[in-house]
Amino acid sequence: MRVAAHTWWMVGRQLRNLMREPIWIALLLIQPMIWLLLYGQLFSRVPALRGGASSYIEFLLPGIVVMNAFFGGTWAGMAMITDLDRHVVDRFLATPVSRLSIVLSQVVRTGLIALIQAIIILLVGLALGVRVHGGVAGVAVLLVAAALVSMVFSGVSHGIALLVRREATMIAASNFVGLPLMFLSTILITQRVMPHWMQELARFNPVNWGVRAARDAVVYGRNWDGVGLDLLLLVAATAVTAGFATWTFRAYQRTL
Amino acid sequence: MARADAIVADALEKRYGSVHALAGVTFSVRAGEVFGLLGPNGAGKSTTVRVLTTLTRPDAGRAFVAGHDVVREAIRVRRSIGYVPQESGVDREATGRENLMLQGRIQGVPRDELRRRVDELLDLVGIADAADRVVRGYSGGMKRRLDIALGLVHRPSVLFLDEPTTGLDPEARAAMWVEVERLAEQERLTILLTTHYLEEADRLAERVAIVSRGEIVVEGPPEELKRGLRGEAVTVELADGQGEAAAAIVGGLDGASETTVDGRLLRTRVPNGAQAVPAILSALEGRGVHVESVTTHRPSLDDVYLHYTGREFASEDVAVPDGASAAS
Repeated sequence: MRVAAHTWWMVGRQLRNLMREPIWIALLLIQPMIWLLLYGQLFSRVPALRGGASSYIEFLLPGIVVMNAFFGGTWAGMAMITDLDRHVVDRFLATPVSRLSIVLSQVVRTGLIALIQAIIILLVGLALGVRVHGGVAGVAVLLVAAALVSMVFSGVSHGIALLVRREATMIAASNFVGLPLMFLSTILITQRVMPHWMQELARFNPVNWGVRAARDAVVYGRNWDGVGLDLLLLVAATAVTAGFATWTFRAYQRTL
Repeated sequence: MARADAIVADALEKRYGSVHALAGVTFSVRAGEVFGLLGPNGAGKSTTVRVLTTLTRPDAGRAFVAGHDVVREAIRVRRSIGYVPQESGVDREATGRENLMLQGRIQGVPRDELRRRVDELLDLVGIADAADRVVRGYSGGMKRRLDIALGLVHRPSVLFLDEPTTGLDPEARAAMWVEVERLAEQERLTILLTTHYLEEADRLAERVAIVSRGEIVVEGPPEELKRGLRGEAVTVELADGQGEAAAAIVGGLDGASETTVDGRLLRTRVPNGAQAVPAILSALEGRGVHVESVTTHRPSLDDVYLHYTGREFASEDVAVPDGASAAS
């Protein structure tokens, strides 16, 4: 109860601060649209990539939603570095605030933003003629998958942030993790056209669990058991990475 | 050393790698007292505060704040204290009021009471006009006032002020001193203040403890410490490098004690400055040692520091080397 209340207050603080940045809001809205339009145009002439969807942009939409959530997650730890640098964390630590809430609120905040961006991308996609074959359930899966994928990587990102505590190192680490995982997934292309060894690796990639679930639900409206399993895997992965971030937070406290 | 005292530190030790930041710190602060921990950067003041505010655990020793054990009853300690860290911990992207509201909710202040308390504090520290502006636009002094308000939002019984005026200009510093005196009075607080400004400790603290290299070397009311030195300090500025000879001459005079030389400055201590100066001058000039100037002054905390540590305060207060900042 206490953890939930404290987490919620901390999330409120982070969202309020973000909403004060007009440039940030603009990027939040525009960036996903750019992904959708850019990639949509780039690959639209290669029919083999879209795996039976009626258009490439329809195939791409769930991919872009998840990719955006994934990127948001990998960079989420920067906020923790800022709070550490500005001694905000130390100030909180001298109060009875739940230690868990300091980390959890960052993860929840990442998930909420991914959710908002997913809605925007979806609306743009609908305007461009994308049809959601999975109906309301399809939309729900898309949003949940986006939130979960961003939270999984937010946990990783915060763990790294708390271990390295330096922006430059953090940027290098995020790139190191981010790009390979993106290409080891079906974000941009269907699984059948991937090299076999990549297909094998993609099975262990949480980004791909999210894309698979979202695409089955939105584009095809099929394989609901598989969708459920993927979402469960993402929930488990979120628990693991949030646990990792909490553990690194304890390690940080020991350095004080 | 009763547990009933507002703060009790008992043989606290803390190591950071090879740095012995605290080597057995012991002192106690009575309820309602303003107590100063005085020492140069890196002496162990901030580490002491970090232990007492539960931010870090001591390697050895025990401490009680507001009657609670800082290790075993950390949450109770956190509810009883306000902590104003050395480096401002305010959220710069939020407004002053938002900062205070969040801090109050975390401290469990009921909502309606919190609103009133926040208004009251904004007035008290004099930033009511800027309450709904984002902190990024505050001046250094305003930010510091907000820091203090954050520490007070839940009406703590003990307030820790870690270097409250470091980084402020002289005017803002003087204003802050008035502020702290008023707070101690109005909020009936026990205040533990750390500082490396001797005047600050002298002005604000009812009792001071001088910290040097992780230990407390002397403790008491500033007046008493200064009186304890007896006599007056005489500083002689020599014309050239005859320090050793001059020290031998002055040291041999009747009543002169603790004679030291530092470059061209010779310091000694005499029972009565007005009487001693002519004797010192004639003795030096008579042996061909030229004097540029002579000054006498009643003992300051500077002299107290020199007396107990054998080192000049200013020479100790140098930039902390990289990596030792955690131990400062």
